[in-house]
Amino acid sequence: METVNKIRVLVAKPGLDGHDKGAKIVALALRDAGMEVIYSGLHQTLDQIMSTAVQESVDVIGLSIMSGAHLPICEKLTAMIKEQGLDNVHLVVGGVIPNQDVQVLRKMGVAAVFPGGTSFDTIVSGINGLFQ
Amino acid sequence: MGVARYIKDEKGAITEVVYQSGMKIKPGYGPQDLADAGFSYETDLGEPGEFPFTRSLHPQGYRSRAWTTRQYTGFGTPEQTNERFKLMIANGQNGLNVAFDLPTQMGYDSDHPLAEGEVGRVGMAVDSLKDFLTAFDGIPLDRIGSGLTINAVASIMMAMYQALGETKGFDKTKISCTPQNDILKEMIGRGAWIFPVEHGVRLVGDSIEYAVKELPRSNPVSICGYHIRESGATPAQEIAYAFEIAKAYIDTVVQRGIDPSDFVGRFSFNFNVYGNLWEQVAKFRAARKIWAQMLKEDYGVTDKKKLFLRGLFGGGGSGLTKEQPENNIMRGAFYALGAALSGAQTTALCSFDEAYTIPTPRSALLSLKTLELLMDEVGLRDTVDPLAGSYFIETLTLEMADKIREEMGWVKEMGGIVSGISEGMIQKKVSQQAYEFEKGLQSGEYKKVGKTPGKEDEGTDVELHQYNEKWAKSSKDSLAEVKRTRHEKAVADTLRALEKAAKSKDNVMPHLVACCKAFATVGEMADVFRQTFGEWQEPGFY
Amino acid sequence: MPEKVPDIQPDPPVQIQQILDGDVMAGARLIRCIEAGDPAAAKMLGQLYPHAGNAFVIGITGPPGAGKSTLISALITMFRKKNFTVGVVAVDPSSHKTGGAVLGDRVRMQAHAGDKGVFIRSMAARGAAGGLARAAQDTCLVLDAMGYDIIIVEPVGSGQADLKITTLVHSLGLVAIPGTGDGIQAVKAGLLEAADIFIVNKDDLPGAGSEMMTLEHLVQQRTLEPDTWHPPVASTCARTGEGVEQLADLFLDHRQFMKDNQVLEKIQTAQAGDYFTILVRQMVMDRIDPWIDRQVGAFLDTAAQQAEVAADPYRAARELADRLTRSLGEPGSVDREGE
Repeated sequence: METVNKIRVLVAKPGLDGHDKGAKIVALALRDAGMEVIYSGLHQTLDQIMSTAVQESVDVIGLSIMSGAHLPICEKLTAMIKEQGLDNVHLVVGGVIPNQDVQVLRKMGVAAVFPGGTSFDTIVSGINGLFQ
Repeated sequence: MGVARYIKDEKGAITEVVYQSGMKIKPGYGPQDLADAGFSYETDLGEPGEFPFTRSLHPQGYRSRAWTTRQYTGFGTPEQTNERFKLMIANGQNGLNVAFDLPTQMGYDSDHPLAEGEVGRVGMAVDSLKDFLTAFDGIPLDRIGSGLTINAVASIMMAMYQALGETKGFDKTKISCTPQNDILKEMIGRGAWIFPVEHGVRLVGDSIEYAVKELPRSNPVSICGYHIRESGATPAQEIAYAFEIAKAYIDTVVQRGIDPSDFVGRFSFNFNVYGNLWEQVAKFRAARKIWAQMLKEDYGVTDKKKLFLRGLFGGGGSGLTKEQPENNIMRGAFYALGAALSGAQTTALCSFDEAYTIPTPRSALLSLKTLELLMDEVGLRDTVDPLAGSYFIETLTLEMADKIREEMGWVKEMGGIVSGISEGMIQKKVSQQAYEFEKGLQSGEYKKVGKTPGKEDEGTDVELHQYNEKWAKSSKDSLAEVKRTRHEKAVADTLRALEKAAKSKDNVMPHLVACCKAFATVGEMADVFRQTFGEWQEPGFY
Repeated sequence: MPEKVPDIQPDPPVQIQQILDGDVMAGARLIRCIEAGDPAAAKMLGQLYPHAGNAFVIGITGPPGAGKSTLISALITMFRKKNFTVGVVAVDPSSHKTGGAVLGDRVRMQAHAGDKGVFIRSMAARGAAGGLARAAQDTCLVLDAMGYDIIIVEPVGSGQADLKITTLVHSLGLVAIPGTGDGIQAVKAGLLEAADIFIVNKDDLPGAGSEMMTLEHLVQQRTLEPDTWHPPVASTCARTGEGVEQLADLFLDHRQFMKDNQVLEKIQTAQAGDYFTILVRQMVMDRIDPWIDRQVGAFLDTAAQQAEVAADPYRAARELADRLTRSLGEPGSVDREGE
């Protein structure tokens, strides 16, 4: 039996914003980098995202946020990840993220931030880098 | 280079050009190309203002009337939106284009848990008629028309607009609103859908039918190829899918026993001008022709004015870059030139800061002035369809029409657009193309000036439109005030009547108007639909 | 590549009792370890085995685009209404090129993401059909031991390969789209014999009526013993939920029928035997595969033998195979049909 362990990533769209092109093309890029990607679909609550991450035992939760609400969303989700003891799960965030918020997110416990325009290579190596 | 595929030889000379829609471009064009394509002035072009309207809807184009400008406006509280509306009107804008925040677009009130952090963020928050009364205070609704950028709950907002007009003393036959009301494109692109496909289409049908009978100056639906294009569709697909969507809406209204001639003249479109300049011009010229031919041949529409492809051609947000944002000012000017050369009837321009945020007053005005400059300074009003007769443009327009028909054929094979969207076939195709295009941009196969392939974006500090937590509080307070002062029994009665209509085949629109006038909230009305229709489960995309 | 991969050792280690208590995180982590081929997980499966066997396992198969995931989502809603807890194993194909996958079935079932009575697990096929069968089967065992009443398995949707799940499910539903001749395809793929319930989904499409008639006709042609289950043909529209309640009832009827006629036990015993064979074959192959590589490598080490291969690879292969399998007994006892 093939027993290769793959990085499993949940690409999730939290909240009401429906711009999913970025999430979808990143999902395809991660697939082509050999990862197993679960896509949450739109309009997810943080509870739905957490429950999906647990059931699918993903290694990475990748949020795509275009509405500008990345700070409050990440603050809550990092707290939920801690509370549920998902110590091995890394949270990464992409979307419309102004420069000045990157450090704020990192301090919150977000493992990597990929603002719009980040290349697929950087995203892939950034995620691979979390496991080295 | 650009969004087309360019192959170059070792000296850097271009040897091959392929546009996104698939046309191969020759180094030069001549009379033989038109002859080979079987070009006929009478059938392919016609006189400006004559069927099939390839050249123009009006005989003299912009000479008789310059385009209408409709910058996308609206944010924060209704008070702030009202201020911005007045600023734009004072600066020469002759139509409004209202942006709503996400909770409103998704049918949630400002005090709903899912609205947290989103109230007033990407547009104006509307909970009840009170907010409309504030936002449109002092606006002459009989002279200024409003585009309402809303889809899943467009029926509610159209009813709200009527309630607004009647409360302010404007007769419903005198006011004009154009809700976007295109739920199918939301399912392909922008994602602001709520109800399952069939119910979504039914609400569109209800609002069209109602507008035909009650709101003679309103255009009940504006089909948005724009967002389909932004999601990764080619220009040919943008037009093809938009027309297939239009057919789905026409068919649902025709099934109610209404003659297409009674309402197709009120359809409008929202198309994108982002991309290769020539491809855009060919796209709009071909689109005017196909739309008119389709209505005439498939739906038996004969009245000239009802064959017009009306709409807003503009924007082009996905062409913008975060790098060197000032370049976007230049890009916008060229997109606007493309729109003018295409004979756009109404236009709007993405603002240079739109890649990060909703436009600041400065950038919104800059866009407006760019549009004015083209009309009043550069000479775009001089003569109608100035590119007509160009060997290249006419050949390209014919080829574009073929590509559009090809895509429409593919949709038909799938069993129509509703089936194609339900099964995710369209989304799959569009996402895959978006992915391939993005890879091409990153590898340098496609080019955006200011972006260096392989070089990581350093990010840019931009002037952001700051979100203000006070907006949410102000909206919630205002909502609480409405709920305290309204007549609860009237609210309950009108909502109950709405539910009954939703469950039957009755048109929901008159009931929505009654709900709005009783100050029922958007969330309350949307909840009635949620409980009756359920929610859509999106298909996969790969 | 090879890139570093996440450490799959759960910390703290999963306890048997957690699984039996239905602890979702522990169950999910154990499944992860199983997929990664962790030997400790295999040991734990042995301990869980006596606690399993209570769940009713349903398979939903059919061609891509038949609406399987949407149908499963609608079935979950129905089973939840009847107070059953539901586990789902949804398998998607892996990319041949990169080994990665977008596991997209789940998105169609995401309405159930907040429901504590539903556990949905996506799996990538990862190429090997046998390996998949085992991982999916072991995942079902975990969900079963966790106490889910009904487990629904959605295989990749590629006809023949899907037959493998018949060693796993108690009741197999075959989904067909009207107007595509799926019924005929199913006969060719051998699925007709295996299916317990036929489902014509998207019954609003043209051709639905004739598809149902074709299927009913095909079913009647099967020689059916008096006391055997007569596979019904159900008509559904998963998108609107129409016909799904009846379908859920058909599955439950089938279970009742199997119980009443002592068929369920027989099926379970037969499947246990089949699965034992799969396990043995898998374990033997796991050991033999690298050994074969080594033997072939050694064989090709001399110029003389390379020349033999170049001259007649068939003969050289046959002779090497005979030599390698000599210890299995008489040469004739080895299956030589493939030659």
